[in-house]
Amino acid sequence: MVAFFSTFCAGCLRLPETTSFSDNQENAGPVPTGPAFSVETVLRAESICKTFDGHRVLRNVSLTVERGELVSIIGPSGCGKSTFLRCLNFLEIPDTGAVTIADDSIRRDGGPWRSSDEAQAHQLRAHVGMVFQSFNLFPHRTVLDNVMLAPRVVKQVAASVIEAEARDLLAKVGLEAAALRYPATLSGGQQQRAAIARALAMRPDVMLYDEPTSALDPRVAEEVLEVMRALDGEGMTQIVVTHDMRFARAASDRIVFMEAGEIVEIGDPDEICVNARDPRTREFLGVSL
Amino acid sequence: MTAVAHPASRSTLRRFALWGSRLTARARVQALALLFVAMASLTLGPVASAEAPLRWASDGTANVPFTFHDPAEQTRMVGFEYDIMAEIGRRLSRDTQFVQNDWDGLIPGLQRGFYEMVADGIEMTPEHMEALDFSRPYYVTAERIVVRRDQAGLDSFERLGGHAVGTIKDTLAERMLRDRSDVKLSSYDEESNAFSDLKDGRLDAVLLDGPIALYYGEADPALRIVGPPIGHLAYGVAFKKGANQELRRHVDQALQDMVADGALHRILARWNLWTPEMVEWTGDRTNPNIAPTEWERYLAATAPTPGWEAWFYRYVGFLPLIARGAALTLAVSACAMVLAVGLGLALALTRRYGPAWLASLATLYVEIIRGTPLLIQILFIFYGLPGIGIRFSPFVAGVLGLGLNYAAYEAENYRAGLQSVARGQMEAATALNMTHAQALRYVVVPQAFRVVVPVMTNDFISLLKDSSLVSIITLTELSQTYVRLSSTYFDYFGTGLMVGAAYLLLGLPFVRLARMAEKRLAVSERNGQGRR
Repeated sequence: MVAFFSTFCAGCLRLPETTSFSDNQENAGPVPTGPAFSVETVLRAESICKTFDGHRVLRNVSLTVERGELVSIIGPSGCGKSTFLRCLNFLEIPDTGAVTIADDSIRRDGGPWRSSDEAQAHQLRAHVGMVFQSFNLFPHRTVLDNVMLAPRVVKQVAASVIEAEARDLLAKVGLEAAALRYPATLSGGQQQRAAIARALAMRPDVMLYDEPTSALDPRVAEEVLEVMRALDGEGMTQIVVTHDMRFARAASDRIVFMEAGEIVEIGDPDEICVNARDPRTREFLGVSL
Repeated sequence: MTAVAHPASRSTLRRFALWGSRLTARARVQALALLFVAMASLTLGPVASAEAPLRWASDGTANVPFTFHDPAEQTRMVGFEYDIMAEIGRRLSRDTQFVQNDWDGLIPGLQRGFYEMVADGIEMTPEHMEALDFSRPYYVTAERIVVRRDQAGLDSFERLGGHAVGTIKDTLAERMLRDRSDVKLSSYDEESNAFSDLKDGRLDAVLLDGPIALYYGEADPALRIVGPPIGHLAYGVAFKKGANQELRRHVDQALQDMVADGALHRILARWNLWTPEMVEWTGDRTNPNIAPTEWERYLAATAPTPGWEAWFYRYVGFLPLIARGAALTLAVSACAMVLAVGLGLALALTRRYGPAWLASLATLYVEIIRGTPLLIQILFIFYGLPGIGIRFSPFVAGVLGLGLNYAAYEAENYRAGLQSVARGQMEAATALNMTHAQALRYVVVPQAFRVVVPVMTNDFISLLKDSSLVSIITLTELSQTYVRLSSTYFDYFGTGLMVGAAYLLLGLPFVRLARMAEKRLAVSERNGQGRR
């Protein structure tokens, strides 16, 4: 399945015409052609631009992700990869561009963010789960409560109904024994796995991970990555901002390399890691690997 | 006559200005009072109907022998003025109702129509008669010198020169002494303080109205009255200027009859207050041979009690009063804290998350409330708001005053608490598709609260003590109970320890509660902060 997607998606990658990315195409060989959109497309970001205090953090970033894919976004610190990820569920509001997830879409034209936009974002976020570098578990609630809170509050599911599902999710991430403990009593790896279970409880179509293992030592990080691989095996769509090149190369269907607010290159992991077309990618990987 | 046993339970009454006369009060209140009275006089409510009981007011807190709590039975009002007013009521065939009000509020309350009469040793000076209507005098007296029993040579007004002399603010005695540059003058709010300083040697003499000199000076084995009466003063029943003319005529008639048939003589004789000045003024030279029973009762009740057992029983007798004061203190404080927490949270959320215009309104509220004294706020709510038709009972006004004030401080605490909750918490909640309100309610606010629990405990204990300010709007809470008991028995030490202990006991449960809460919260907080 994963293999199928990775080859399939490499073919259906659609390149934005206006980005500097397209300028690079000439050095990078022929642009892949194929069907513009698959019926399996679950997330599409188009020409996302974002400016912080006059500093252009994202410049026309576009990305299409197919259902079941695991896409890693890599790049040097400050390249905008986290901002881009946060634009996908509107934790950051893009200045311009469009985000489509499942059948909900929001287009930005640089205007003010209105409450009607917030209502749209609310709909769109129903398809997305997110995991943070710093876990952001709710420290005043037990692990089980952390998992159950959003379904109860947002979806109004009765606690008795959601509890069984929450315990299943905890079992899936290996935390069934820790259900009634408070987050602060758990190791970092356990906390991050609890955070994944919490996001899954909302039954998202896409999971976003913002440097999920950067705060963890390698041994503990492996527990988290294991969970992500398992989810990939179940067909979950996942987008991971990461510095962990070993994981990116081994687990991803595709790797996106960003620098200075732009997508420089998208490709098959082996292709990117061994045979990157762009010198910036090669330089970054030379330092990283 | 129906004396209301516990002033705190009554819902009328107010206070304010300092009206120059026998007693006095805190100077800062005086200025306020004038302001509020000016406002108040613009909008006067209707006066009670003829069927309603005749209401008269006095400050019975520590007001021997005028109107005071019977030392032998603290829930009963006694006093020579109290007896005179009861007799007037009988002669008018009207029920009378005693209204307790703080000295400073007596005249403002009269002006606002909260009661029809004030009888509290108010001197019939030309200035007072310009502002108030008076009945004919019911008592005439003079200033008397009180010294320590062993002190000699201070037995005339002239001989006070070169000595430290104490008196009460805004009295005839003070006006007389102020003209004497050779006298070292100390003016007091409470007569009991002047007499304790006399006994302790801080003063050489006290110059005060005859009845006070008798009950505080002569009644004390360590002190005595010396020399001839000095000056002349008369007490009258005060009415609002221009109002209740008919009632005033009836009271005059009753007083005249009481002089003529000896009723006034009999009352005053029981209080040991029938003096040569009264003989002179009434022309009544009879001797009905009435025993000074009330005077003796007072002496017996306040005599220094020998032995530990007697002390013990006296203090045990205080317990119900202290318990009642403590209950009121607790009730006012708890209600005010609930209000402060609720409103404070709303203000803090508005300031941090609300729309800009609403946030600036909340900021304005916080700045105004923090920038003005609590005393003014309580007075304003109780005496000022009726001017625009908003009336609260003393309890509600006290709760509002304290609660609205503390809300401003709580708001700042909560704002700090909200700021201390990591940004990631709100983001995580948003990413889980909670609305802003849901994120605040389930995620951010509960965490902010645990941060502010210790500060809130602090504030509540502080509020418990600040609640003593509601005594200025007629509520007899714990501090007021202390003033009353200590000045009745000249016992500031023992009653002080008891009342202090009561405050500590009130605060203790909240300290423990807060500690428990902190402990419970600490479980989840441990290690939690450092990671964010």
